[in-house]
Amino acid sequence: MKLKKNLVAATMLAGSMTALSFLSAGAAQAQGALVMYCGVQEEWCRAMVTAFERETGIKVSMTRKSAGEVFAQVKAEAANPRADIWWGGTGDPHMQAAEEGLTVEYTSPKMNELQDWAVRQWEQSKKRTVGIYSGALGFGYNTELAASNKTGELKCWADLLKPELKGEVQVADPNSSGTAYTLLASIVQIMGEDKGFEYMKALHKNVNQYTKSGAAPAKAMAQGETTAGIAFMHDIVTMVVDKAPIKVVAPCEGTGYEIGSMSIIKGAKNMENAQKFYDWALTANAQKLGAEAKSYQVPSNKSTPIPPQAPKLSDVKLINFDFAKYGSSEERKRLLSKWDNEVKNLPK
Amino acid sequence: MSRATLGWIVLGWVGFALLPWYGFDRTAVPTLTDYIVGGSALVHGLKGTWWLLPILVPLLMSLRPALLPARKDNSSWLIGAGLLGLALIVIQGFSIGLNGWTLDILKAISGDDGPRQAGIGYGGALTAIALLIVLCHGLAARGWCRGDAFVTSSIGIVIALIIVFVFFPVSTILASAFADNNGDFAPLEFVAKFMDRSIWGLDCLTSDLRCGVAWNTLFLGLLVAFGTTALGLAFALIATRTAFRYKKLLRVMSVLPIITPPFVIGLALILIFGRSGALSSVLWEWFGVPRSRWIYGLPGVFIAQLLAFTPIAFLVLIGVVQGISPTLEEASQTLRAKSWTTFLTVTLPLMRPGLANAFLLGFVESLADFGNPLVLGGNYEVLSTKIFFAVVGAQQDQGRAAVLSIILLAFTLGAFWLQHAWLGKKVYTTVTGKGDAGIPLPLPRRVALASYFTAIPWALFTVAVYVIILVGAFVRSMGRDYTPTVDHFLTAFRVESTEHGFFFSGSAWDSFFATIKVAALSAPLTAAIGLLTAYLLTRQRFSGQRSFEFGTLLSFAIPGTVVGVSYILAFNVPPIEITGTGFVLVMCFVFRNMPVGVRSGIATLSQIDKSLDEASLTLGARSATTMRRVVLPLLRPAIVASLVYSFVRAMTAVSAVIFLVTAEYNMATTYIVGRVEAGEFGLAIAYSTVLIVVMLIAIVGIQLAVGERRLGRRSASTSTNPVAAPAIP
Repeated sequence: MKLKKNLVAATMLAGSMTALSFLSAGAAQAQGALVMYCGVQEEWCRAMVTAFERETGIKVSMTRKSAGEVFAQVKAEAANPRADIWWGGTGDPHMQAAEEGLTVEYTSPKMNELQDWAVRQWEQSKKRTVGIYSGALGFGYNTELAASNKTGELKCWADLLKPELKGEVQVADPNSSGTAYTLLASIVQIMGEDKGFEYMKALHKNVNQYTKSGAAPAKAMAQGETTAGIAFMHDIVTMVVDKAPIKVVAPCEGTGYEIGSMSIIKGAKNMENAQKFYDWALTANAQKLGAEAKSYQVPSNKSTPIPPQAPKLSDVKLINFDFAKYGSSEERKRLLSKWDNEVKNLPK
Repeated sequence: MSRATLGWIVLGWVGFALLPWYGFDRTAVPTLTDYIVGGSALVHGLKGTWWLLPILVPLLMSLRPALLPARKDNSSWLIGAGLLGLALIVIQGFSIGLNGWTLDILKAISGDDGPRQAGIGYGGALTAIALLIVLCHGLAARGWCRGDAFVTSSIGIVIALIIVFVFFPVSTILASAFADNNGDFAPLEFVAKFMDRSIWGLDCLTSDLRCGVAWNTLFLGLLVAFGTTALGLAFALIATRTAFRYKKLLRVMSVLPIITPPFVIGLALILIFGRSGALSSVLWEWFGVPRSRWIYGLPGVFIAQLLAFTPIAFLVLIGVVQGISPTLEEASQTLRAKSWTTFLTVTLPLMRPGLANAFLLGFVESLADFGNPLVLGGNYEVLSTKIFFAVVGAQQDQGRAAVLSIILLAFTLGAFWLQHAWLGKKVYTTVTGKGDAGIPLPLPRRVALASYFTAIPWALFTVAVYVIILVGAFVRSMGRDYTPTVDHFLTAFRVESTEHGFFFSGSAWDSFFATIKVAALSAPLTAAIGLLTAYLLTRQRFSGQRSFEFGTLLSFAIPGTVVGVSYILAFNVPPIEITGTGFVLVMCFVFRNMPVGVRSGIATLSQIDKSLDEASLTLGARSATTMRRVVLPLLRPAIVASLVYSFVRAMTAVSAVIFLVTAEYNMATTYIVGRVEAGEFGLAIAYSTVLIVVMLIAIVGIQLAVGERRLGRRSASTSTNPVAAPAIP
């Protein structure tokens, strides 16, 4: 009975190995002196971890997830927090975590080296989250497709309403993507709520697909699946650096932006190391790792060199984005359900 | 008092008095005395954790029947000890947590936060299991299940596992459907969320607006279930009943999609049918067919899911088609039925359990699928992605996710119920102990033609998809820059040879090793538990059998995201504190994939004549022996199906594990998802091809280890191969 023996042996082996993995997990975690949830892309996360480990000798256990996923996880783990620090990812979930008391206050000695927008966000969140980079919202278009569709040059938000672009614009669904919610909030702040929703309704006619992920339109442009796409400019720049025929546009009416943030988790088991990392991550040396990892956001430390590929914030007309108001869960729910009822359900 | 019972009583004591009762803190470095005696419940109890001491009572109770001469009320003592012990462990575990009393009422009574304790460790787990089995042995002594202790213990263990790893976590999250954002009970909010127009709206029937997400999901699920069952049947018939020359190749082809990591099929479809895809370009340049975006939406998701889930239907159906006894078909022919009539009235009805199971699996898989709708869904929304973004999206509304999950669950259980109604109480036994003299009939012409016409184009299409994938791994950027390169593989899997030996410096190695470890551990466990459950469901009769069967399906029916979050909510705090370990990943996979083992086991078992078991029992073998020596060998196709499926699933599942991975146990799929998010399709595809190769090797290995089922049947082509049942690739 070869079969029987194999099966029984395999089952027993698996059972005992599973029991053992209890052990090994406990032992290996004991060495991890800082547990970090990372919300940007893998290369950047890894670069940060290695540099911090090299500099301080503190071993970092890093897990990469999208910002929304980290928030969901931190919230679920609140009774017995697993992570110490949450670094990177768009500011909204960080603000919400601060609002729900999932993160703690911290005043870093590096605060005076930071740009105003980073400090302002830190104050708005009652010292619970701090800006580490920012990126402006914009759009891009595939120059080859734009030429064949004869759309002409696109410069402003209003240009996206051109009839030549019918079914040619892609943007994420604000219900699932923070990027698209930033668009909704920005348009409302630039044009006022009534006109802003008029704009979104007009844009709806040109939208071919509301994607799930915020960066998806940038990829779709690169692949030639859509002519124009709305996303954070640094996400589009990544595609341009990858030699896609795309032009990045900073809209002439002005635009909103995101602040990538960092928070210390409430109940962190390694509080001291978390604060060490926090201070270190705000230095210029740590922040320049972003550009090296092909992420072209604008760093929050004033003395960090801004990567040449990054969209220069001085060329971009930034609005005075009200993170406190548009980041609160009440206002967010209201705007999202209004968008659902008035825009998404419209016929094309 | 049997020796087995005595053994379990001893183990109960070992768990209580020798092994560490609590799990170790993450930061602690345990010494040897912590492992033996020093950390045991007995020592802890004497040192001040008084609430552990009452567990001594049931342990002492169990000693009475062991030490005193056999008496009539022995069984009562065993049952009493088991029940009391389990109750004590559960009560103390749930009332005293990491931060003291867990219930406000207890805090109010004692006036302070109360004592604290960590999660259960080896000792606690062993004692609990031992008490459970003592209870089951007691019940067997009472005459339950014909006094068969193996059967009662198996039922007890499977039920306990399902309660701990399915009911417990799932109920924690479903409870949030009835709560508002602050966690207070709010049934009205549930009703409001449930009746939402975005869920049940029927606008698409009357205008060009969108229909509710529930209808979308249902429609897609039915479509995919029909499609996969039909295709799976075509493949199974060709593979077993025809003399098709490229059978082997066809089988490999049909199984390829199941081992393809998520997103990859979707990406490949975009690269073929997308607006700038290969086919669209050819059609535009040669025939002037305008480029369009038809692939995004229902058609794209449907094609991708057909590609992905046909193999499951095939794996279920091939065992069933093989098992159909030719004797009945020959009898039909002897009675002068035409081959078409025979097929329609004998062969097809005998396949009903297989067809029903394949249909059910196709439907449920389509409902639970997350990767394909994410990439190809376009504006066609389904429940699984809606649920994911309700949890992680801008709204962050766990209650809404729970409500949507309840709807998804209702669909799945509804399908399950329908399947039962359709199968009814008919008998499908065709594998009996009697010698089979029949030769499987060749297929009727039109059935053979129909099978060829569906299966072969489909197989060719699969080839095209995989050529695209393979090319994608070796060029710089698919769709834009076709410069050949191996950079993607170097980034992911670089191995440097240093003076200290080989150094795995590629960025994918960690997740790769962790994934293989978890998959290799969970596959045999899944198969064992799944088939044991199938055996209990088909071969034993006990009260509550229906609800037991329901329970086994539950975890499969619930979307991965919800399972992931529920596992954190349930297992991040004592008494069972296992998040962050590989163990929680293994358990998650075991209980998510177990239903496939159960379904394929049931489908195969319902063909095997019970008289074979009975013959074995009559000859004096016990249930355990019968299972090992008679049932298991006949179950080989089901074993292969469940091993392959669970191994592959552990390597390719996404949504459930996103919340369970840690730095140490990062899974391949989360790595791939990260790459896809960052737009690095080349790297994602390269990693996927490596995983595909690994899984192919594993499948061949499983096939060799389990071996073939040998039914005493002749083959139509008697010249070369005396065994009618060839291997499943």
